[in-house]
Amino acid sequence: MIKAINISKKYAGNTVLSIENLEIPKGQCFGLVGNNGAGKTTFFNLLLDLIQPSTGQIILNEIQVDKSEEWKSFTGSFIDESFLIGYLTPEEYFYFVGELRGMNKADIDAFLVQFTDIFNAEILGAKKYLRDLSKGNQKKVGIIAAFIGNPEVIVLDEPFASLDPTTQIRLKQLLKSVVDKQRVTLLISSHDLGHVTEVCDRIVVLEKGKIVKDLSTSTETLQELESYFTV
Amino acid sequence: MIARFMKLEWKQFFRSSYWQKSIAINILMVFLGLYFIIMFLGLGLALFPMLEKYFPDTDPFVQVNNFVFYWLLGDLMMRFFLQKLPVMDVKPLLVLPLKKSKIVHYVLNKSASSFFNLLPLFAIIPFSLVLLSKDYPMAAVTVWAFSMLVFTFIINFLNFIIESKSSETEFSLLPILLLVSSLLALNQFNIISFSSMVAVSINYLVASPWGVIAPILILFAVYWVNFKMLIGKLYIDGSLKKGTKSVATNELTWTRKLGAIAPFLQLDLKLIWRNKRPRSTILMLVMSLFYGLIFYPNPTYQEMPGMLVFVGIFITGIFMINFGQFIPAWDSSYYNMLMSQNIKYKTYLDSKYKLMMASAVLLFVLSMPYVYFGWDILLIHFAAMVYNIGVNTHVLLYGGSFNRKQIALDKSAAFNYQGTGAVQWIIGFPLMALPILLFYISYKLINYEAGIATLIILGVLGMVFHRKLMKFIVQRYKKNKYAMIAAFSQSN
Repeated sequence: MIKAINISKKYAGNTVLSIENLEIPKGQCFGLVGNNGAGKTTFFNLLLDLIQPSTGQIILNEIQVDKSEEWKSFTGSFIDESFLIGYLTPEEYFYFVGELRGMNKADIDAFLVQFTDIFNAEILGAKKYLRDLSKGNQKKVGIIAAFIGNPEVIVLDEPFASLDPTTQIRLKQLLKSVVDKQRVTLLISSHDLGHVTEVCDRIVVLEKGKIVKDLSTSTETLQELESYFTV
Repeated sequence: MIARFMKLEWKQFFRSSYWQKSIAINILMVFLGLYFIIMFLGLGLALFPMLEKYFPDTDPFVQVNNFVFYWLLGDLMMRFFLQKLPVMDVKPLLVLPLKKSKIVHYVLNKSASSFFNLLPLFAIIPFSLVLLSKDYPMAAVTVWAFSMLVFTFIINFLNFIIESKSSETEFSLLPILLLVSSLLALNQFNIISFSSMVAVSINYLVASPWGVIAPILILFAVYWVNFKMLIGKLYIDGSLKKGTKSVATNELTWTRKLGAIAPFLQLDLKLIWRNKRPRSTILMLVMSLFYGLIFYPNPTYQEMPGMLVFVGIFITGIFMINFGQFIPAWDSSYYNMLMSQNIKYKTYLDSKYKLMMASAVLLFVLSMPYVYFGWDILLIHFAAMVYNIGVNTHVLLYGGSFNRKQIALDKSAAFNYQGTGAVQWIIGFPLMALPILLFYISYKLINYEAGIATLIILGVLGMVFHRKLMKFIVQRYKKNKYAMIAAFSQSN
């Protein structure tokens, strides 16, 4: 589904990411961990063609992301708050994204029903603009919007950060179910080793832009990761 | 401490991507500054002989004070439109061990070194030197020059009070226009003769130098008001304020008929209506519609068709000039999202084009009552509308691909006055000057009808080649995509 071939990103001669070969098969839940500055967000930004690769290419379902824009129709993503339109209400934002992905108002309303407990009655019908919601609630809106339109690939950068404990648990269940039932290829990054090992089938550790570990999740994975990050 | 503040700002200025991309504009600003300096120098030197010539019966040193009132009003107007409020990104400083008063004093004192305070000196000093060379007493001239300087600073701080108060209102131009025009009217109809009051007071100052304390006290008073005003704003709850009132949503279902561009058009309409800054551009439209009333009733302008073309372009194009020059910066705060969504650049830009086009047509229709002043005015408006739709829209969209300055829509008004400086007016200038020039050339070489035809033909050509032009413009945006994303995610 996703192939990164010889991809690298340099800023003024400084290499921040350099991956020789990475393949993510369809339906895999792929977790990316690493300390600050390891290159997690850079990788996602390259994948979404928001920054230009210095070398190499990323191929999403046979489409090279910086050559064609066709991949956008089956990729949902949420990186940070700059993905939200502050002067829309959450509903309007969902409708807007829905419209770009060929879903009408009724489709979106039906789609949103399954997230009622995540929204916790604070988001839908609150008659507030997104800019007036709390950081956590904004994040919920962004994450849910990434699921609109049955995407085949979903990219979430640090989805668990700044969410309340209840929502973190619900989000984990949600992520597992989309991967299991809909065969979605899910890419997440996280600083929380517990969450990411619980959700993902495969975990890649980045350090200074390079892949240093590529693990298939098992019962020992969490311990292995913890000992790796204990310096 | 002041040195440290200055270092911060220096870095902010030179490290912003905006600076690096707009060297041309900065050079233009320098030239504009030089131009004003030369103009003021000329005024300072020529003022004395001119007063002598036109008012042979009165002493020029007395006569000049009759004009000080107008000078001060002009100064105030110029500052309101061109001088930016002293800004500083204060939020990171608030939690540091710094006295709040220190930050405010710094911001205010910094404004004292503004070019707009320097400029009057280029007229005041030469005029004073001329006075001295004509054997006026040293003491009187010094007091005069000094009090003029104090007045300049009073206007400086007065302007900030007016500007920050009026930026809190919906219609930011109204207070200053009301103030200046009512002062002028009261003066003109001799209800309260401010100009002679000012003249009498200055003459008194020159005669008895101790009176200079009065303007100095006024200066301290306006400074103090500014200080109180700013220190009250040094809390972040301005920007943290929760939107407690519930918002009304409108489906704008009529836009559905427009097909693929509908979602973007809806977004743009909401953008304009729900954010203060773009909303004020809408309110400007109402103002500009009346702009023609200044020119059309006056027969002298009827002889100057170039001027009428200017009015026509301005009236039918005011929205596109104000809105269009910030495409796509209006969407800068969520540009990342737009770029990773299922969006074609073409439809995105097309919706902006249609919006600007619709505004030109609407403004043309609204300006139809001007037919009262003659059919040729309607014709000029029509030609200007066609030119705006065919040419200026594409120029604006093309220019947008050079846009590198983020607009923070959701920032509170306090300490946030982006894009309200001289630069905005400079960008609008070629959009209006070029059609006037084109009209004027064919008007002089052939005749009036040819001038009108030139504008219409250019506009129609633009519309005919719309697809081709858009293709080219879309290419530009694609090429600049990464640079724009990087610049828009920079918050300063």
